[in-house]
Amino acid sequence: MSRLWRVAAGAGLALAALVQLVPFYVALTTSLKPRTDLSSQWVLPTSGIYLENFRIAVEDGGILRAIGSSAIITVASTALICVLGALAAYPLARRDTLGNRIVFAGIIGLIMIPPLSILVPVYTLMVQLGGINTYWGATALMVATQLPLSVFLYASFMRGLPISIEEAAVMDGAGLLSTLFRVVFPMLKPVTATVIILTSVSVWNEYALSVFILRSPDVRTTAPTIATFFASQGSNLGAAAAAALLSVVPMLVAYLVLQRYFIKGMVAGSEK
Amino acid sequence: MFARRRANWLYVPALAVFALFTVYPLVNGFILSLTNWNGYSPGRSFIGLDNYVRMLGDPIVGTALGNTFIYGIGSTVLQQIMGLALALALDRAIRGRSIARAIIYLPVLVSPVVMGTMYYLLFSYRYGGLNDIVVALGGERVAWLSDAGTAITIIVIVNSLQFVGISMVIYLAGLQSIPTVYYEASRVDGASAWQQFVGITVPLLQPAFATSIVLNLIGGLKLFDVIRVMTAGGPGYSTESMSTLISRFYFDNQSAGYASAVGIVLFLIIAVFTLGLNTLFNRRRLELS
Repeated sequence: MSRLWRVAAGAGLALAALVQLVPFYVALTTSLKPRTDLSSQWVLPTSGIYLENFRIAVEDGGILRAIGSSAIITVASTALICVLGALAAYPLARRDTLGNRIVFAGIIGLIMIPPLSILVPVYTLMVQLGGINTYWGATALMVATQLPLSVFLYASFMRGLPISIEEAAVMDGAGLLSTLFRVVFPMLKPVTATVIILTSVSVWNEYALSVFILRSPDVRTTAPTIATFFASQGSNLGAAAAAALLSVVPMLVAYLVLQRYFIKGMVAGSEK
Repeated sequence: MFARRRANWLYVPALAVFALFTVYPLVNGFILSLTNWNGYSPGRSFIGLDNYVRMLGDPIVGTALGNTFIYGIGSTVLQQIMGLALALALDRAIRGRSIARAIIYLPVLVSPVVMGTMYYLLFSYRYGGLNDIVVALGGERVAWLSDAGTAITIIVIVNSLQFVGISMVIYLAGLQSIPTVYYEASRVDGASAWQQFVGITVPLLQPAFATSIVLNLIGGLKLFDVIRVMTAGGPGYSTESMSTLISRFYFDNQSAGYASAVGIVLFLIIAVFTLGLNTLFNRRRLELS
């Protein structure tokens, strides 16, 4: 019985893994064939590897420039989210007053707001501030949408830290800021890893707001670029597939190197 | 030391960000929803709750609202079944399971836009790999994404497959936190595997159920990216969700006031579902303990 279960479990997992790889496989075979090659997507190219689609994705689709824009916005917003999140979490974790509890509950409540539900006023605000087609405009919105989760994660983690270390630092004459930077922040490495992973994945892949805020190809990030390029390449699916695959590479490399942290971080982040 | 009030200024920068980019837009969105603003000209007039009344009789909003629930509830059900099954399989020591886990989880890290693009290739009428199989089996090519019902089903499946990894790792963490002594003791008492599953595994997975269901439901109710890439809301408005409809009303129809009203309704739906489910799960947790 238990042997049978084990075989069934193994077969089920193998099947699920295969299903998950199908879209990547189909994109790969499509991207490596010229438009004139009408062989099935299941068949690998037979007449040698054709890289023209990747050239089109880079030169006409601007996919490398998009990866650069995504990198700038991801690094900037992740850094801000870590710093602002840790600073905000400290008084909320350590000073348990009614006012602070209300502030904390309010911040957690912000997680519920779907980005599209405030599309009209956010876009209008960005027009007024001159933030359309700017890195800072997109970064500001990414910080605003991802910061609540960061505050929550930092505050939960800080509540689990022994307060006696901070008290000792104060006894030795340390002020608030030096206690924070010399004593508290160095202890936050595990939760910071979680915040960095969750934030950078969300920001790197973000589409719902970026597609409207970043309209110029010069600043557009990867997800809107793929969507626009795909829409304009209706007849050339190979180039669209090549662009989609190229945009995944940076995240894939990070995942391969840091896989353990990714899954652990995602679980910690979801348990809110 | 921590009675010092001045530590509170540390959250002022974060609150300033929220005030400007989240709270102010939310309030302003409500105000705009009471107007007939077209989105660009300075003129707008206050029309009270007309936009909300108009929504009640608007078949396009009705379709989008229905679809939003199908996307939300359909994905949630599929992901719980698949996620729990995969976690149970992973919980048994099998060779190669860490590779299987890594591959099944992989799409979580990829943009839904990219997953949608790749699945679009698979479902393409002329070139799609799926139609090649249909033809090989002696069938006719199917226009998968041109029929509303099929397209909605495909969008639910694509969204579920992409994020099933999250449910899987949440359930796996839950399974691994159940002490093995419970299973050993029940085996001594002669419990069957099914009895163990119903009597031990399911009740003790309660927190994992709560986390996973709330997460998947919110994700499905605000679905946007995959729809935009795979069907763009079409054919017609038939696969539109509340999220995609908001952008269409705003940018394509110049109905900014109306789009804001749809946005407020979407926000309320998500808030009611989140708070309702959290209350429900917290009460059940209290009953169990």
